[in-house]
Amino acid sequence: MTLQAYQKKAANCWAGCKQRHTELMANPHLSGGQKLAVHYFTVAMVLFMAQLLFGLLAGLQFIFPSFLYEILDFNVNRMVHINAMVVWMLYGFLGSVYWFLEEESGVEIVGLKWGQLAFWILTGAVTVVVLVYLLIQIGSGTDTSLWLINEGREYIEAPRWADIGIVVVVLTFFYNVAATFAKGKWSGIAGVLTLDLVALAGLYLAGMFYVTNISIDQYWWWWVIHLWVEATWEVLVGCIMAWSLMKLLGVRRKVVQTWLYIEVALMFGSGILGLGHHYFWIGTPEYWFTIGGFFSALEPIPLVAMVVHSIYDAGAHRFKNSNHPALAWIIAHAFGNFLGAGVWGFMHTLPQINLYTHGTQWSASHGHLAFFGAYATINIAFFYLAAQQARGKVWMGGELANGWRWKTAAVLLNLGVMGMTVALLIAGYEQSFIERAVEGSTWAGYFAAQNHPWFMQAMVWRMVFGLMTAAGGGLLFWDLLEIGKGEQRPAAVIDSEAVAQ
Amino acid sequence: MTEQSPPRWASETFWKKTAIWVTGGSFVLLVILSFDSMKQISAGGPRVPAYSVINKDISYRFDKAKQRYQPTIGEDAPLFGKTLSEEEAEKLVDHGKKTVQAKNCMNCHTLLGNGAYYAPDLTKAWLDQGWGAKESREQMMVNFLLDPEKNARTYGSNRKMPNLDITPPEAEAIVAFLKWMSSIDTNGFPHNFIALGEEDK
Repeated sequence: MTLQAYQKKAANCWAGCKQRHTELMANPHLSGGQKLAVHYFTVAMVLFMAQLLFGLLAGLQFIFPSFLYEILDFNVNRMVHINAMVVWMLYGFLGSVYWFLEEESGVEIVGLKWGQLAFWILTGAVTVVVLVYLLIQIGSGTDTSLWLINEGREYIEAPRWADIGIVVVVLTFFYNVAATFAKGKWSGIAGVLTLDLVALAGLYLAGMFYVTNISIDQYWWWWVIHLWVEATWEVLVGCIMAWSLMKLLGVRRKVVQTWLYIEVALMFGSGILGLGHHYFWIGTPEYWFTIGGFFSALEPIPLVAMVVHSIYDAGAHRFKNSNHPALAWIIAHAFGNFLGAGVWGFMHTLPQINLYTHGTQWSASHGHLAFFGAYATINIAFFYLAAQQARGKVWMGGELANGWRWKTAAVLLNLGVMGMTVALLIAGYEQSFIERAVEGSTWAGYFAAQNHPWFMQAMVWRMVFGLMTAAGGGLLFWDLLEIGKGEQRPAAVIDSEAVAQ
Repeated sequence: MTEQSPPRWASETFWKKTAIWVTGGSFVLLVILSFDSMKQISAGGPRVPAYSVINKDISYRFDKAKQRYQPTIGEDAPLFGKTLSEEEAEKLVDHGKKTVQAKNCMNCHTLLGNGAYYAPDLTKAWLDQGWGAKESREQMMVNFLLDPEKNARTYGSNRKMPNLDITPPEAEAIVAFLKWMSSIDTNGFPHNFIALGEEDK
């Protein structure tokens, strides 16, 4: 293709985006907050696709180490893979909260214009950060590199300038949420959500400084990673799920709010001190064995509570609901969260086993199922709720036109991630035994495990299931763009009194 | 029949209060423990040696009383033949740590077991038997960092470290950082690791 042809293609693409944006802004079915939410969801889906693509590249490098060598090395692909994931999850959460903020508070969003501005700033910053990751990749061992290119700390690699931007955006978001609830109604969900956002924003600060001492570095790094992922994100998801269950099934507010408080008590009660399971081997004192082991062993309990809550509610309402794809993904969330975060986490959380599994593919196995089960699923559920409303509160029950699409996407994604998880688990078992227990963790031991046929087979299977996941992701994206278009039937009516209680 | 209100232990207010107390209590405990941990893991504290430990011979041995491996600090063994003051040592290790971050090492390797799993753990890299002999170790490490492709250590895996444009001062600083990191008391992680020079003991 010539340069002109590329330019024409890019211009067409841009015109298409602009057209969609104009249509979105004129959509009569959406409130101001919901339009902003759709912006967040759109970028979230694009980042999800990026996560899948760079995951596939990194996965291929395990099988073909020369693939993209010194062009896009494993560390670059892996960084973009995990950063795209963290950011699309956050975009999903922010969008979900903007989505229900007006309905939950009963008033229009206070300072929506600032929220809109923050969205464009954040999206611009994310684009620049990713381009720098891909094109510049690394710098010299100076502060300038950490400020402008890459901080080199897993999950929070974003350079310092972007950290400051993220804090500003989160504060704007917090202002929107707190000021809107303060002006309108305070509900139980509103209270939990607002306090959780204070913690979420505050904790990020713990990851924003440089220290020479790596033990101190990792101590505070875990405050961000663990206390986000295993505490504040879970509670945020609890709020989103509570609201979705009222919406989808018509569950009474009193019931979901009581469960939400139970979940908060259990989640923070186990998760805050459960942080100790990251303090076994980084230089920290031995008392973390007991504290970390005990509290993190309790961490699955709130996740059981969430399964009981959502499945019981669904059963109690005889699965009558207004949005089949969303309910399917909520159920996937309940089980995925319990299995991925709960069971897979519990399996290697006690120090007696973690001594051998820490830093092996065990963690990758747990990470894949936990992030998907706990967070990707609930975001996808919300995307379907948004698609339904955006198309004019249309029918999303049985006998949906092209209903095969959402079902196939859901099957491919769930099977794909589960398959990757099991393949990585086998690699993790093999690594724990051969590299750690038998070979004593030397470099020679590491490679003895990596070269073993059991490990290599696991990597091939991971790739197969990775491709399945990517196919599911692509199909999901297509379905979200199309579902409900041309649908004439109105959405099933769910007892709205229950929601108002 | 009128609807009965739920028992107090199943009521919204009971769980609201419980959530607040449990969260507050856990957080206060965490803060107290964090103060103590900071004291214990500061460089020069009981668990993390001062940076000038790079002037000494460091090893890793099984402690029978504790039933786990533990770093040991031995005789003088200055890095690159230079004995450094505490301040100079800190500056060198700091440069090494900064380089490790700027080169994004953590997205292939693990450090203290945290990071990515595409390349070996660096916690005890300084002590690895793969360097052959203590006398040649420093230079081998520097050579490897400067030109990892030519000095590849793939152990038959074909997984080569890319050239990261590391300069000679950066390479020496990384070696200093790795030497210092190997002296941290990591509660016996990794287990069963036989350090260079400990093969026959």
